[in-house]
Amino acid sequence: MDEVLLRSLTPSVLTVLVRRGADFAAAEDAVQDALVEAVRVWAADPPRDAKGWLITVAWRKFLDATRADAARRRREDRVEEEPAPGPTPAMDDTLQLYFLCAHPSLTPASAVALTLRAVGGLTTRQIAEAYLVPEATMAQRISRAKRTVSGVRFDRPGDVATVLRVLYLVFNEGYSGDVDLAAEAIRLTRQLAARIDHPEVAGLLALMLLHHARRTARTSSDGSLVPLAEQDRGRWDTALIAEGVGILQAALARDRLGEYQAQAAVAALHADASAAEETDWVQIVEWYDELARLTDSPVVRLNRAVAVGEADGARAGLAALAVLDASLPRHAAVAAYLHERDGDLATAARLYAEAAHKAPNLAERDHLTRQAARLNARRGQ
Amino acid sequence: MAKYLLLKHYRGAPASVNDVPMDQWSPEEISAHVQYMNDFAARLEKTGEFVGGQALAAEGAWVRYDGAGRPPVTDGPFAETKDLIAGWMIIDVDSYERAVELAGELSAAPGAGGKPIHEWLEVRPFLAAPPTITE
Repeated sequence: MDEVLLRSLTPSVLTVLVRRGADFAAAEDAVQDALVEAVRVWAADPPRDAKGWLITVAWRKFLDATRADAARRRREDRVEEEPAPGPTPAMDDTLQLYFLCAHPSLTPASAVALTLRAVGGLTTRQIAEAYLVPEATMAQRISRAKRTVSGVRFDRPGDVATVLRVLYLVFNEGYSGDVDLAAEAIRLTRQLAARIDHPEVAGLLALMLLHHARRTARTSSDGSLVPLAEQDRGRWDTALIAEGVGILQAALARDRLGEYQAQAAVAALHADASAAEETDWVQIVEWYDELARLTDSPVVRLNRAVAVGEADGARAGLAALAVLDASLPRHAAVAAYLHERDGDLATAARLYAEAAHKAPNLAERDHLTRQAARLNARRGQ
Repeated sequence: MAKYLLLKHYRGAPASVNDVPMDQWSPEEISAHVQYMNDFAARLEKTGEFVGGQALAAEGAWVRYDGAGRPPVTDGPFAETKDLIAGWMIIDVDSYERAVELAGELSAAPGAGGKPIHEWLEVRPFLAAPPTITE
C-alpha cells in the first residue's frame, strides 16, 4: 500500500466531498472510511484511477452515514442548496482546503492543527506528538476546529495572507517525535507555491528554505544554541540556499514586495556571507527599513537595532534600541549584546542575566546564562 | 512501581550548600551542570524509571477568583518573595527509598567550582486511584 500516494490524495478527495455539500467533520470521517477500505482491497485489486475510486467510495460512505443519521433532512437541504453543476472553477481543490483550514473564525492554533490534518494528511497522533500533548487532547482540538468551519462554504476566495501566516506558524513550531514540522511546512508551502502564483508565497518558501538550510549548524552536539556569527558555515546546506535565493530573486523581480520576501532577503544576505565578518550589514539595515515600513512590528525594529549595531557601531545600535519599549521580548538580550560590543561588560553581564530570567525556552535561557557567566568570569580575572 | 515528583525550587527551599547564582559560574561549569541533568534523565529512561520532566520560567503569578463578573485577581506579573518552582521531574520507581536515592543524586549536580550544588529537592509521591482488588 502506497501510504505517500494515499496521503497526497486525501486532501483533494476531502475537498470534493465538502464541495458537494458534506460538512467538514462528516466528510473527513467518510474519507477515513474510504482509506481503510483502500488499504483492505487495493493490494488484491488496485484501481486504475486511485483518486476517482477514493471519491466514489468516500461519497458512498458519506451518503450511508447521512442516511443513517437523524439529521438527514437538514443535510439533504444543504445539498439541495448546492449551486447547479456548471463549469468547474479554475481553482485547485486542494488550494481551497488551505483557505478553509486558515479560516479567520479559527484561532491560529486550531488553524495550524487543522492544516496539518486536512492538507498535510498527518494523523492526529503525529500532530499530538509534534505538540507534546496527549492524542485525545489533540483529537478534541481538531474536532472543535472542524465544527467551527463545518458550515463554511467554498464560495469566496480565501485570504492568502492568512494561509501564509498559518504555514509560517507551522514552520516556527519546531519539531519532535517522528514529524518535523519545519520540513512539513516546507512541503506544504511548496505545494501551495505550485498552485498559486503570488510573490509572497514564493517569499515565504524562500524564507523557509534559507532558514532550514542553516538548521543543523544552529545547535551544537549537546543541544546548546550556536549564534549565527559562530556557526560552522560549512554545515549550511548550500543546495537549499541556492534554491531559496533563486526563488527569492524571481519573486523580487516582480516588484510586489511583501514582508516574507523582505525577511527572506535578510536571510539571503546572511546565507551569502562566507564568514560572519563579510555580512553585508548595510544592506540588511535597508531591508529592515523596508520591513518596518511593511509591518510596523516592534520585533522588526528590535532586529533592526542589532543590524544597525553591526553596520554603524554599537553606539548607533544602542541609540536605535533606546526608542523601543524595554518590555519587548528579547529586548534585554539585544541590549546586553550591544553593551558588550560597546565595552561595558558589567552592564552587559547584568542584562544577559536579566534576559536569561525572561527567556522563552530552555536553549535560549542556557545560552544567555552562559553569556552572563562568560562576562562575569572575564571581569573577575 | 509508584510515581514521585522531584521538585526543584527557585526560591522557598533552604539554600543550597554550594549556593552561587548560575551567572557567576564559568560557562564550562554551566555546560557540566546541564550535561549532568541530561545524563541523569537519559539514564532513568534506560532503567525505565523516567516519566517526564520540564523546566519552568522564573516568572509566575498567584491568581484568584474575585467574584462573579469580575476579573480574577493576580498579585502582579512579578513574583518576588514567594516560593517559585524551577522545574520538575516525574519518576516511576519501585520504592520510596529509590525515589530519595535518585533525588539525592540529582541534588549532586555540579555547580560553581565543579562541586556539587547540594540543593534541596522536594520529593512528593503521587496519589493514585485505589486498586481494583483489596484484600
